[in-house]
Amino acid sequence: MPATIREGSDTLNVEDVTVRLAGRTILDDVTLHVRPGELTGLIGSNGAGKTTLLRVILGLTPTSSGRVLINGRPRSRRSGLIGYVPQQITLDPDMPLRARDLVGLGLDGQRLGLPLPSSKRRRQVDEILEAVDATRFADARVGLLSGGEQQRILIAHALISRPKLLLLDEPLANLDLRSEQEVVEVLGRVAHSQGIGVLISTHDMNPLLPVMDRVAYIAAGRLASGSTADVVSSEALSKLYGRHVDVIHIHGRVIVVAGPEGIPLHHLGPEPVARVV
Amino acid sequence: MFESFMIDAWEAGTLVAVVAGVVGFFTVLRGSAFAAHAIPNSAFAGAAGASLIGVNPIGGLAAFSLLGAMTIGALSRRARRDVATALAIVMLLALGALFLSLTTEYAPEIFSLLFGEVLGVSTSELLPTAVIGALCILGVLLLYRPLMVSSVIPDVAEAQGVSNQQMEIAFLVVIALATTMAVPVVGALLIFSLLIGPAAAARSITSRPSVALVLSVVIALLTVWLAIALSYWTNLPIGFFVGSMGAFAYAAGRGWAAVANRRLRQASPTSRDAVLG
Amino acid sequence: MPLLSSVFEPGFFSNGPTQSALTIGGVVAVVSGVVGVFTVARGQSFAGHSLSDIGTAGGSAAFLVGMAPLYGFIVMNVMAAGVMELIGIRRPRGRDLATGIVLGAALGLAALFLYLDTTTSSTTGATVTVLFGSIFTLDPTTVPVVAVLGIVALGCVLALFRPLILSSISPDLATVRGVSVRLVGVGYLIALALAVSLSSITVGAILSTALLIGPAATALHLTNRTGPAILMAAVIGAVETWLGILLAYDSYYWFAGSHGLPVSFFIVLIVFVVYLTVQTTVRLSQRTRGYAGRSSAT
Repeated sequence: MPATIREGSDTLNVEDVTVRLAGRTILDDVTLHVRPGELTGLIGSNGAGKTTLLRVILGLTPTSSGRVLINGRPRSRRSGLIGYVPQQITLDPDMPLRARDLVGLGLDGQRLGLPLPSSKRRRQVDEILEAVDATRFADARVGLLSGGEQQRILIAHALISRPKLLLLDEPLANLDLRSEQEVVEVLGRVAHSQGIGVLISTHDMNPLLPVMDRVAYIAAGRLASGSTADVVSSEALSKLYGRHVDVIHIHGRVIVVAGPEGIPLHHLGPEPVARVV
Repeated sequence: MFESFMIDAWEAGTLVAVVAGVVGFFTVLRGSAFAAHAIPNSAFAGAAGASLIGVNPIGGLAAFSLLGAMTIGALSRRARRDVATALAIVMLLALGALFLSLTTEYAPEIFSLLFGEVLGVSTSELLPTAVIGALCILGVLLLYRPLMVSSVIPDVAEAQGVSNQQMEIAFLVVIALATTMAVPVVGALLIFSLLIGPAAAARSITSRPSVALVLSVVIALLTVWLAIALSYWTNLPIGFFVGSMGAFAYAAGRGWAAVANRRLRQASPTSRDAVLG
Repeated sequence: MPLLSSVFEPGFFSNGPTQSALTIGGVVAVVSGVVGVFTVARGQSFAGHSLSDIGTAGGSAAFLVGMAPLYGFIVMNVMAAGVMELIGIRRPRGRDLATGIVLGAALGLAALFLYLDTTTSSTTGATVTVLFGSIFTLDPTTVPVVAVLGIVALGCVLALFRPLILSSISPDLATVRGVSVRLVGVGYLIALALAVSLSSITVGAILSTALLIGPAATALHLTNRTGPAILMAAVIGAVETWLGILLAYDSYYWFAGSHGLPVSFFIVLIVFVVYLTVQTTVRLSQRTRGYAGRSSAT
């Protein structure tokens, strides 16, 4: 697939985006490309700027400079082409909403008036529930689902309107191991077999390694993106952080550790950011 | 306003203020806004019932306040208590309305039980009021340290050998006792104001608990004394003055805190906002 | 039939005030039930309770200037709901404190107005009317007003049905979907303020929460679906209200016509008992079925 992708057919283009709020630079000249059918991990610690970047892409936060293109066109308010799974939604156990109802709202949740039942709508909901393996608990109340089940429902909600880009903000936080694996598997399937561009923000890239195609590593508002091998290396990350960083690969897992003080940063050139695309 | 018949009012008011200041300090600390609202409503029903069957209102107040405290203690152990307890509060008020509708003194009785009455405590009732108040304060002083620990860091409290459950029950009993003595003077609906206002104001002015406690009592005393005096002069209900002064004290406390923060920031312009909290 | 006549005391259906009471009570219960489902689902029970208590000041002020308490309730509730929405009323501790303080001030004001009511005007019973409702003594000309306001409140909620659910789950998600969270918030506010005001004139300001959250919470124990939930809440609320009115009417005859028991007491009692019964029954049946009620209960 990579051989036939050209520049203009990127799902998402973030170009030289800078965001300054209250005198602080939260995003510094960030560039990022997400291609259809690829799963990109947006990796960074809390406060690095991940959520801000996602909000910029969604149009919830304005940029100080730079632009965002969805499918080659500047993003407009009701893109409808972006599916979004926000961070930490607490679904109230009192909310009278079944899993399938929440998913259905993904089609028409913004419309006024009462919904009319239609068999077409029901079929679409059933299909997408099947795709995320949620048919089993489709009639359960959303507030009573487990963390992993809720995430899958939210993913279904985001996917049912057939977006080209799927954004997830820390979808694996607070999930037990098994739920984590379930969600990762679903996301991998969504990207690779449905040709959707998936961007997942997380502070720990390890659970995503089995399905991740590209990495966008963000630290203190600066971003380096490329293949895992290129970006997740001591050299590239040291350049990004501006200080010595060690990347340790062990048993197929990656650990990023701040290096001890005093080790010289001899590969820090005039460019502060590694852009290895 | 210091005629012989008013002496009782001053004495009762002073007792009520001291107790409210002390108990209010912990109420605000523990965030027991709900209990402070629910127990007085229970007390209202008790006083109304006592009035109906012709016994001493203090007996009814005490019985139903403690009953309310025990019920809240039992119910709060369940995971979600919002609706059940909200309905229980309302049920008690309705019960009180029922009892009073069966007496001949319907409207005036309701008014003074809910909104207070300067001459609400007669000479014969002064002693029981003082005793209950003393019990309250004694209880708080004895339990001061475990109560503080359980209020501020409940997770650590258990490790230190403090039973959070026992402290909660003890504190609910304290609120019940404070309610019993305060309802005749300030009314069931306004006790909340007297408990919360002065304590919240004190908390905005100082961070030191012992100082806040004393300040809470001082502000409560000023509130009640002013309320009695103004009520005597204008003939307007004491509840009005308690309610408005509680709000005024709270606002004044917040204003003080804002000014103090600004001065701190001007003095050391490099200090981060996080320090000032 | 002797049984029927002992349940419905003579003249129940032909009595003028009772007819108004049944009509108004029905409309109010339906509106409260529907709006209440969203209030409970958004976890705003305490805020709803505070709102109606704050409204007491408005109702008593209206009484003082000779206006029907309904209009005082509406003005006060709309303002208070607006302020609460601005400072955000979803659960955090500090908001409870601020809400409580405002509550205290409003109740203090209510004390003032009610006192002035009793001393300045010749009409008695301001306290009882404002605090505990007066469904039997409502002016019949109020009926069309109540109907219109009820339709407005219902219209707001039903029109904003889906965006309201979305923004209740996650304002960010709703915004991304193109929902104007602000508009939805205002619409819900108006509906809530109206619902609380309407129930304040039937069961009284400090008891009105019962109609707002009781039938709604009961319905939420019986179904997992939004549509059925609001339908059930409306029906349950209406039936409970009508039953309360009936019992209050009958109670006059229990005391040989000297006086009856308050309507608001009966309505609140029925709401409370029904809720407890349903809640306990559902819990017990779930336990015997052996799982924590994850699938639809209906």
